[in-house]
Amino acid sequence: MSTMTDKLQGLLDWVDERFPLTANWKAHLAEYYAPKNFNFWYFFGSLALLVLVNQIITGILLTMHYKPDASLNGSGVPVAFASVEYIMRDVPWGWLIRYMHSTGASAFFIVVYLHMFRGLLYGSHRKPRELIWIFGMLIFLMLMAEAFFGYLLPWGQMSFWGAQVIVNMFSAIPFIGPDLSLWLRGDFVVGDATLNRFFAFHVIAVPLVLVGLVAAHILALHEVGSNNPDGVEIKKHKDANGIPLDGIPFHPYYTVKDIVGVVVFLMVCSVVIFFMPEGGGYFLEYNNFIPANPLQTPQHIAPVWYFTPYYSVLRSITYPLFGLEAKFWGVIGMGAAVVIFFLLPWLDRSPVKSIRYKGPIYKTALTLFVISFAILGYLGVLPPTPGRTLVAQICSLIYFAFFILMPVYSKMDKCKPEPERVTGK
Amino acid sequence: MGSDEKVDCGRRRLIVATAAVGGVAGVVTVVPLVASMMPSERAKAAGAPVEVDISKLAPGQMMTVEWRGKPVWIINRSKEMLASLKKTDDQVSDPKSEKPMQPEYCKNEARSIKPEIFVAVGICTHLGCSPTEKLASGAESGIAADWPGGFICPCHGSTFDLAGRVYKSKPAPDNLEVPPYMFLSDAKIVIGEDKKGA
Amino acid sequence: MKKLFFALIFAPLMVCANETEVHLDKAPARDAAGLQNGAKLFVNYCLNCHSASYMRYNRLQDIGLTDQQIKDNLMFTADKVGEPMTIAMRRAEAKQWFGVPPPDLSVVSRSRTSEAGSGADWLYTYLRGFYRDESRPSGWNNVVFSNVAMPHALWQLQGEQVMGADHKLKLAKPGKLTAKEYDSAVADLVAFLQYVGEPVAQTRKQLGVYVLLFLAGFFVLAYALKREFWKDIH
Repeated sequence: MSTMTDKLQGLLDWVDERFPLTANWKAHLAEYYAPKNFNFWYFFGSLALLVLVNQIITGILLTMHYKPDASLNGSGVPVAFASVEYIMRDVPWGWLIRYMHSTGASAFFIVVYLHMFRGLLYGSHRKPRELIWIFGMLIFLMLMAEAFFGYLLPWGQMSFWGAQVIVNMFSAIPFIGPDLSLWLRGDFVVGDATLNRFFAFHVIAVPLVLVGLVAAHILALHEVGSNNPDGVEIKKHKDANGIPLDGIPFHPYYTVKDIVGVVVFLMVCSVVIFFMPEGGGYFLEYNNFIPANPLQTPQHIAPVWYFTPYYSVLRSITYPLFGLEAKFWGVIGMGAAVVIFFLLPWLDRSPVKSIRYKGPIYKTALTLFVISFAILGYLGVLPPTPGRTLVAQICSLIYFAFFILMPVYSKMDKCKPEPERVTGK
Repeated sequence: MGSDEKVDCGRRRLIVATAAVGGVAGVVTVVPLVASMMPSERAKAAGAPVEVDISKLAPGQMMTVEWRGKPVWIINRSKEMLASLKKTDDQVSDPKSEKPMQPEYCKNEARSIKPEIFVAVGICTHLGCSPTEKLASGAESGIAADWPGGFICPCHGSTFDLAGRVYKSKPAPDNLEVPPYMFLSDAKIVIGEDKKGA
Repeated sequence: MKKLFFALIFAPLMVCANETEVHLDKAPARDAAGLQNGAKLFVNYCLNCHSASYMRYNRLQDIGLTDQQIKDNLMFTADKVGEPMTIAMRRAEAKQWFGVPPPDLSVVSRSRTSEAGSGADWLYTYLRGFYRDESRPSGWNNVVFSNVAMPHALWQLQGEQVMGADHKLKLAKPGKLTAKEYDSAVADLVAFLQYVGEPVAQTRKQLGVYVLLFLAGFFVLAYALKREFWKDIH
């Protein structure tokens, strides 16, 4: 028994002399000290990583059977559309892999939105974690690109018209716009050329960037250490060995805790995958079971649910400004709604990080922001009416006011003093 | 956990149990992922048994049909052709078809169900090229003056006799494969399926 | 705070409330015998013009048919049971006859799902909602699919309906089946189309139960392990 352990230790030493295996294991898991007071909101980082792995593995298997080809087969169905149904029926377990991938896409956004909300709650973007936040926002941007490119691939009606609308947004940019959208499509309509390049972006270009950004996000986090629900730095109080008094090694404490989170998360995902894979028409839209038809737009088109808040901002801008048409300002508004998140570390001037010690103004502002975000998301799936447009305009105003007024109200707020050390739950 | 002097049995049992169940979960997840790379229903349908009408196949003639994307040869061997198999017995490396390159019911002198009708997959057992037929005997085959008729692989020169048996000292290790097949009638055979349903 | 929250959430929802849609009849559930009858109706009445090109004949083993039964009773155009349910009609000709080529029906039940009801409900209402309309090129119109290009393929079974002045359908000329028999036949056909939309649906749900039970067991263990480690942390 002991000789076996000795041999393994010998092998490990051999590797360690050539590659920092043990050193990395310690730095990122066994001796990475995380605050001991993580709560529910701290599950979503590791869950996002899990979903990323799921998307990559199921995605690789799907590319083995999927064909990015817009031409019609013998039965008059686009080859790409037919290859998805081929996966659903003819490939052994193909249906499961496809549903894992499609459910994973929506799960990714749910997890990432909750992960971002955690940042807003506990000030995870504040100094010294600005770069973690920026890497995270870049991940979010890339994720949106990844989802958008991927959504074209089934080549259904929603795929086609969604891509048509979004690519045409670029034509709103003055002077270069029309040429830019033509260049993006590679054709005069969204067609075979577009499908092929979106496939390339979806399966290799964006995932490469995404994986790199995730590595940067985690490296930056492990450099400065994790924030916590109290928003205080655990590195301020260390014991004789230099270990934070309120820190516990990530492994085993948070690995065993995260396993619980993972199992619960898998149960939720399994309910969707096995009992409601269409997610009530939100995860897989019903109209996308009709092959793309460039001659007929469906009665009502809406983006997938995770884009709808931004889509609502786009639609809410209905008037021209400074001699430029409303279409242009809609696109600018939508872009700004995403990009403004990047500035958050410098907009927040509050003396404390965590919402636990912030005053009523921030609490109200955050509540209003979350409500507007939810309403914008809901409005985005509905066809516009004058009443809805007005609501969307009000919500867009609140959305932007949350950020733009933050330097002012975060300073005015009556905050409670932060504790020196982390508190119990 | 290992550095503790006192081993906590309850904790250890829990760790082992969770790791075991987690391992089972992992394996059970991997199975469908790996299985997805097996032939699909479409591939299976394309690889389904093929019915061939051989009523027009005259003695001495050969026809090629496609089964699972591979050429399958059907030869109606003439009396002389069958006789030549006796002569090649000591020149081929596996004259008695000991190696399992044919269904049990074809493990005989002519490697076939009916002696005259020969069915084989036309893929060389060396590296997968399709041999060229040289059915005619003698010097006009361009191989040898005493060539009794058979096949030669264009890639590495392996030669086979009219029962698909490989000659000695050639790169190919085995005789040509005989697929499962059966006669529906004298004029009709099914390739890819026999009475066992395989 | 909470009141404000709900007020803020619900006020806009009033604005968002949906317009009323067409009423759909609920498609009755069907057993294996119904599905088999539906398959027969499908190959006899639909498969002349509509393909179900992702559906292989031998897959119908799912609904309790043997390969031999499939060959004998359902296969008119294909010669191998592994072949998909395609049609011989050329698309260009079809377009000439109907204005639009008849769509593939493999996933029609999934694409017709909406807030108003499932795809099966839509199909059930649709196939019972044809009525005579001389203003249409085909001579037919439909209550849920206005100006539909397809003529009523099942009219010999149902008979001819007309639209009354009160916007209700009336049977003007009876068909081979009584109204009740016709509804039942359509229910079989619709159940079959729903099955064809996702043949794996039944298996998927059964498997899901096992997966959830397994994960529930795993949860108990994982939670116990977490408790065990975390008892040291105060």
